[in-house]
Amino acid sequence: MSDYNFAYLDEQTKRMIRRAILKGLAIPGYQVPFASREMPMPYGWGTGGVQVSAAVLTPDDTFKVIDQGADDTTNAVSIRRFFQKTAGVAVTEATSQASVIQTRHRIPEEELRADQILVYQVPIPEPLRFLEPSEVETRKMHALEEYGLMHVKLYEDISQHGDIATAYAYPVKVEGRYVMDPSPIPKFDNPKLEMAGIQLFGAGREQRIYAIPPYTQVVSLDFDDYPFQPTKADHACDLCGATDSYLDELIVDDAGGRMFMCSDTDYCTSRRKDGHVGAQGVPYKEDAA
Amino acid sequence: MYVAVKGGERAIDNAHAWLAEERRGDTDIPELSVAQIREQMSLAVNRVMAEGSLYDPHLAALAIKQARGDLIEAIFLIRAYRTTLPRFGGSNPIETQNMQCDRRVSATFKDAPGGQILGPTFDYTHRLLDFKLAADGEAADAPTAAPSQAPTPHIMSFLDREQLIQTEPTGEAVPDDLTRTPLELPASRALRLQSLTRGDEGFILGMAYSTQRGYARNHAFVAELRIGAVAVEMDIPELGFAIEIGEITVTECETVNQFQGSKTQPPQFTRGYGLVFGMTERKAISMALVDRALRWKELGEDNLGAPAQDEEFVLYHSDNIQATGFLEHIKLPHYVDFQSELELIRKLRREAQDNISREAAE
Repeated sequence: MSDYNFAYLDEQTKRMIRRAILKGLAIPGYQVPFASREMPMPYGWGTGGVQVSAAVLTPDDTFKVIDQGADDTTNAVSIRRFFQKTAGVAVTEATSQASVIQTRHRIPEEELRADQILVYQVPIPEPLRFLEPSEVETRKMHALEEYGLMHVKLYEDISQHGDIATAYAYPVKVEGRYVMDPSPIPKFDNPKLEMAGIQLFGAGREQRIYAIPPYTQVVSLDFDDYPFQPTKADHACDLCGATDSYLDELIVDDAGGRMFMCSDTDYCTSRRKDGHVGAQGVPYKEDAA
Repeated sequence: MYVAVKGGERAIDNAHAWLAEERRGDTDIPELSVAQIREQMSLAVNRVMAEGSLYDPHLAALAIKQARGDLIEAIFLIRAYRTTLPRFGGSNPIETQNMQCDRRVSATFKDAPGGQILGPTFDYTHRLLDFKLAADGEAADAPTAAPSQAPTPHIMSFLDREQLIQTEPTGEAVPDDLTRTPLELPASRALRLQSLTRGDEGFILGMAYSTQRGYARNHAFVAELRIGAVAVEMDIPELGFAIEIGEITVTECETVNQFQGSKTQPPQFTRGYGLVFGMTERKAISMALVDRALRWKELGEDNLGAPAQDEEFVLYHSDNIQATGFLEHIKLPHYVDFQSELELIRKLRREAQDNISREAAE
């Protein structure tokens, strides 16, 4: 596809995005406005992540795309194909072999290394948005470090439900300064936000980029008497037997029978290749996938 | 035993093939040509050009064909294409007083230099289905006359001469380009107008209508609505002067609105402005009303809390490509988030149930 520049965007646009990324890395958790472009896929479907990936990809990179932890969900397939077509980069499903990973709603189970970049697709970058709809106001609140409203919200949850009623997109404070939306990852993934890899967040429709540099302190908001608790389904994976991975719940029969399996498909497959077998699994065979 | 669901790639390929077949429809019926769409669905083409922000009737017609007539999808195709185009430079501002008017009406003066020209309008057609069109689409020749060579000055300029209309500030600075710089608020009027002209016709219409019904009513009269061709000129650095690089059809609407003034300052009318690619007068009038409503601060009016006065509300929600993308993304998989909610609600219910049993036991 020679009609388009490497990774679709023109070099000027990539430069503009890289500047926003560098600014984001310099001010961890701060939302940097950028002139988001119309991409050939709809807003809300990962255009922010796609633009960030396009700006950081080089011809030598190996690219992986996951949606809900899986490489073969339709939108992940579509984004992976887009970069195969426009950038001709190598692609992989193996977390350890990827140098750039674009994700929607999950952080891979396998720990990321310093030479890896994790790119998040972000729908609503503003953690205060559902408490204050006005962008003018929320920018002021960040500038003044005025986060009382968020604590009141968490407190009200506890008084009404006896627990903090946020299960995903759980707000965090980055390096003791900015309250940040980690994108709609389950709160199970929040502890992984402190990692060796570079984390970049792209919100295309909302025209914002933000970042977490390697080894940055990321604290999930909580109270001393109601500490933050990452949760997952209280089961082991029925395919690979893992007890430490985030699980998808499937309805398998008319009687409402359930089974649980890893949401991270690469993690599950690698474990099965290593000989782990869950309660309803079968030993791994190459063609059975 | 359970085998994980796979097959995203094959599903996508099959879906695309099926889509192409559906787009073509019954193959016993002749295929539509792009030229037919361009010539006979011209108002759809105009809308796609306006909201796609790209003046190219042929490409807009192609987009409509590819989108199976879904105009928002067609606008999306045009926008995505438009971003990839290189920028050679900016044209000079178009001079709408030199427009070759196909249509020009004023609701404020019965007659004015240049005259009223009804033009090809639906306005006074009786909306009766024309069953004859089902069999035969040929139209009789319309009467013709020599085009007027006289200039058609803006109606507003007559009010201006009497200083009855507020003067607009002029500036030398080139305004920001909405498609190249992120929208930051408060936005200049130039940026607001850019946003309105490419905004969704239905959304802008609804906002404008709300002002008429009392949500920040601003008493608009259509001082002038004109539609026609204008020349586009561009300075060529190598030549040192401007040359005409093409011609576009635009719709321009200027409204005259209620005045402001005080004991010390004589009252003056205020204005709203709409300018849209193509023959798109519903949109241009709507744009002028919304523009006027958004000017409350500079004109020293009260914020009535009306949606059409709220710049952030209007500008952030008028773009149908942003809106449709985000709206439709909720059909994408969300199992991970839903799973975390499932776990949470089960836990909360368990705790509430325990509390109820404990209280019953006490």
